[in-house]
Amino acid sequence: MRPPSLLSLTLDSALLRIAHIADLSHLPDHLVIDLFRRTLSAGKLTEKVLKLFLATGCEEIILAVQLLNIKQPLVPVLPTNSEVDIVIAALQPNLTTFFEAWRPFFSRFHIIVIKDPDMTEDLQIPTGFDLKVYTKSDINGVLGASSINFSGHSCRYFGYLVSRKKYVISIDDNCLPAKDTAGSTVDVVAQHMANLKTPATPFFFNTLYDPYRKGADFVRGYPFSLREGVECMLSCGLWMHNADYDPMTHVVKRNQRNTTYVDAVMTVPLGAMLPVSGINVAFNRDVLGPAMFPGLRLRNEGKHRWDTLEDIWNGLCAKVVCDSLGYGVKTGLPYVMRSDAEAGKALESLKDWEGVKIMDDVLPFFQSLKLSRTAVTVDDCVKELAGIVREKLGPKNAIFTEAADAMVEWNNLWKAHGAQNA
Amino acid sequence: MASASHAPTPLLKDELDIVIPTIRNLDFLEMWRPFFQPYHLIIVQDGDPSKTIRVPEGFDYELYNRNDINRMLGPKASCISFKDSACRCFGYMVSKKKYIYTIDDDCFVAKDPSGKDINALEQHIKNLLSPSTPFFFNTLYDPYRVGADFVRGYPFSLREGVPTAVSHGLWLNIPDYDAPTQLVKPLERNTRYVDAILTIPKGTLFPMCGMNLAFDRELIGPAMYFGLMGDGQPIGRYDDMWAGWCTKVITDHLGLGVKTGLPYIWHSKASNPFVNLKKEYNGIFWQEELIPFFQSVSLPKDATTVQKCYLELAKQVRAKLGKVDGYFNKLADSMVTWIEAWDELNPPKGGAPTANGPPKK
Repeated sequence: MRPPSLLSLTLDSALLRIAHIADLSHLPDHLVIDLFRRTLSAGKLTEKVLKLFLATGCEEIILAVQLLNIKQPLVPVLPTNSEVDIVIAALQPNLTTFFEAWRPFFSRFHIIVIKDPDMTEDLQIPTGFDLKVYTKSDINGVLGASSINFSGHSCRYFGYLVSRKKYVISIDDNCLPAKDTAGSTVDVVAQHMANLKTPATPFFFNTLYDPYRKGADFVRGYPFSLREGVECMLSCGLWMHNADYDPMTHVVKRNQRNTTYVDAVMTVPLGAMLPVSGINVAFNRDVLGPAMFPGLRLRNEGKHRWDTLEDIWNGLCAKVVCDSLGYGVKTGLPYVMRSDAEAGKALESLKDWEGVKIMDDVLPFFQSLKLSRTAVTVDDCVKELAGIVREKLGPKNAIFTEAADAMVEWNNLWKAHGAQNA
Repeated sequence: MASASHAPTPLLKDELDIVIPTIRNLDFLEMWRPFFQPYHLIIVQDGDPSKTIRVPEGFDYELYNRNDINRMLGPKASCISFKDSACRCFGYMVSKKKYIYTIDDDCFVAKDPSGKDINALEQHIKNLLSPSTPFFFNTLYDPYRVGADFVRGYPFSLREGVPTAVSHGLWLNIPDYDAPTQLVKPLERNTRYVDAILTIPKGTLFPMCGMNLAFDRELIGPAMYFGLMGDGQPIGRYDDMWAGWCTKVITDHLGLGVKTGLPYIWHSKASNPFVNLKKEYNGIFWQEELIPFFQSVSLPKDATTVQKCYLELAKQVRAKLGKVDGYFNKLADSMVTWIEAWDELNPPKGGAPTANGPPKK
């Protein structure tokens, strides 16, 4: 079989970047036509790209558009990846900048946008995506009356419920793609998928971090029997610029920005607890879905990340479940660039902030927690965890009783709406 | 939150000794001169004691060869390895300083991504002087670094941290792989500069490499015994591993911290993988027993000093690992000998031995 010609390779390369090409009019007609055919086959003919081709004035293309009955504007026929859904909680109405910036990385995937039930304005989302928006009425329509409050940042969990893909990637709507130290834009999807598809190593710490990364390996002294690793269920990414701090730290270090790009992914060891930030997270929905719930809701939970602990609580529970069932959790890359939008308002949140007390109540509980050997599925573990939370933490603060209730409710919702055969 | 110090890192030149084992020469010190010259060096000469090791001009040092070790320790010298860099722990024993930095003689100054020479010693001092956070993982790594902090959700009651006992640095260029990996990937070089320091969580073991290592001798010194390796022993290249597992179990018990990550040094020499394979052979099989042993070790509440913890560990090594191989009985014996020798050379200041490590809460 003959290898592809250089010209063919060049056209394929142009096809990959077709969304970024501004002008094709310098190309000879036969190349424009060839590129157009390839674009059609690849399903990359978006409105913008169609305009690009039409602007060349090439008669054959104009004819082809008429014959094929291609209409503008166009819902792109993109080959969407069958494994991944992107879930975005819309807490602000104008998502144009967000989606345009993420377009090169999101355009291949189905996107689930959940509109904060409290938001009254209409969402502004650019075209050219395979995207579905769920609003308050959709949530109520699907779930009926549920005791779980899906407002604010918690609305994303509804997205987890309705997704039907194996993997979910979720990013806050005030984050844009980051650049790595070489100046390349970070493909958040590719990195999260690499994290989830390579094993985790929770039983022994590898000092060169992720041993499955190119250019790294297990170091001397790492037991061979542990080198197969376990399946990674949760990938926790990080944030450049506006880091995920609590409101007190925001206030005291209001000018501090995260400028250190740490080029590492690592497994969080067995038994180690960590604060999982929902700002940039990905997980195996098939397995871990039942444990990815909105449980803990602060009394004055607001729209800023520092007004919430729902993701922190979720992460602690998910880590306990993963530890119990022999799954892994990774942290580190990928980075997103988190914008400043919220920085000045932390002071207002401090007045009623109960985060300090909550975390200090929660800490000794999670450190001594061991689920029973009979809990062998994620479902079982969550049920057992809910019971223990109610019993041990409920007496300290009603907020934990409510969390236990939410966990049980989530279990029911998952069975009815989330599971693959629901 | 963490208040990072913007003040310059103290030199600690009267509080830190640099321990270097060598069997060849110390030419590598020339490259380190700008960083090492203020400090006192303890050179442990392995191998033939009649050979003269030339120390570059201008360094303040004391040098010990095998004859010195035998003379100073008498029969207890049996616990110090011969023909293996494990002999370096003799240097820890004779030092009178609070901190130790140990480095191999094939390790050179590395450059950071901006091209600047890395002052490894300064970074180790920063690591040792700032607290560790073993009880909860901070996703932004070391919260005490300038530009970082504890993230949302990090319990406030844990933000003071605990004293740092060990700072484990890394290596660019030749990575510290075992023999089988070296044979499979002879050309792999570590070119990734990971700009982070992190605390290894409590309860988690790690492979501690002795190539670029610093520790607080007062907090953890007696646990840094590098075992019986080399000549006449069935195992080699597990000296630092052994010390690391013992050290981690004890630091976890005493509530101290172990950090890993920066600084990087440049590791220049790849040792012969076939020679390494012979040395490591037993270790590769034995470590499958050793890891579960260390993971399940439990030290009694009344073991409040490093020495007490270590002697208890020696007891358990004899009881549980003696059946894996007779070597471990010998090792348990030498662990006891080591502590005896340590206490002899480091008598407690004035009267009864006091608990080292942090005050009990």
